[in-house]
Amino acid sequence: MLHLIVFSVFGLVCAAGAVNLLVQRHPINSALSLVVVMGSLAVEYLLLGAEFVAAVQVIVYAGAIMVLFVFVIMLLNAGEEDRTKGSRVAMLFGIPGVLIGSVLVAWVLLERSGTGNVAVGALPGPPKVIGWLLFHDFLLPFEVTSVLVLIAIMGAVVLASHPGAVQQSTQSDKREG
Amino acid sequence: MVPLSYYLVLSGILFACGVTGFLIKRNIITIFMSIELMLNGVNLSFVAFAAQWHALSGQVFVFFVMVVAAAESAVGLAIIIAVYRTRETLNVDRVNLLKL
Repeated sequence: MLHLIVFSVFGLVCAAGAVNLLVQRHPINSALSLVVVMGSLAVEYLLLGAEFVAAVQVIVYAGAIMVLFVFVIMLLNAGEEDRTKGSRVAMLFGIPGVLIGSVLVAWVLLERSGTGNVAVGALPGPPKVIGWLLFHDFLLPFEVTSVLVLIAIMGAVVLASHPGAVQQSTQSDKREG
Repeated sequence: MVPLSYYLVLSGILFACGVTGFLIKRNIITIFMSIELMLNGVNLSFVAFAAQWHALSGQVFVFFVMVVAAAESAVGLAIIIAVYRTRETLNVDRVNLLKL
């Protein structure tokens, strides 16, 4: 019973944050409601027994990625979005379509699926076991993601650097060398 | 005990909110945040199914999804900065040329 209460409280907070992200017009408000969504999702992961995923969710998502978002919003001095004709058309067709689709999916899941219950902390895996899986069974994908992150870092630095900065630095390198 | 379908419905709600935001928002940063919301919804269903079937590899996949999302957001935000530098706008309706 307590499990259900905690689940529904944080599930409602999560859904409310997601809806608030859509309603708010200033990007900084949307970013803060996304932090709320991620925080309550971390609680849901804890309820399922996935401590590792909950910790990574808070550290990587609510910490690193959202700080990046807020940095960019502040850096670009993003103001309130202005509604154009295209956005009204998208609203007219998008909101009813998504509502119908999600109600349909929810109905199928609640009525037709023969899935069972999930107990508190149903996942048997402490972080030690996940570490073993990550560095043993999934070693190749893990190494591939490290290459991916390296490429992403280089791409971000090149894209975000001022145009001409790369040329200037190479020229100065030539002069020095 | 909470039925697995409740977790799946919550993840469906998050994904639907992400799709709606992707469609109706015109600020490029908010569109990007909607994508993150969709990824979060998918992660929740991964973890719920992992708990249902006692399969730990679901959690490892969530870890990989998070790594890819982090890389994607770093590159995407850098692209947003580059677009803003040339266009002076964040509205996607005014960014209608591939040319910089």
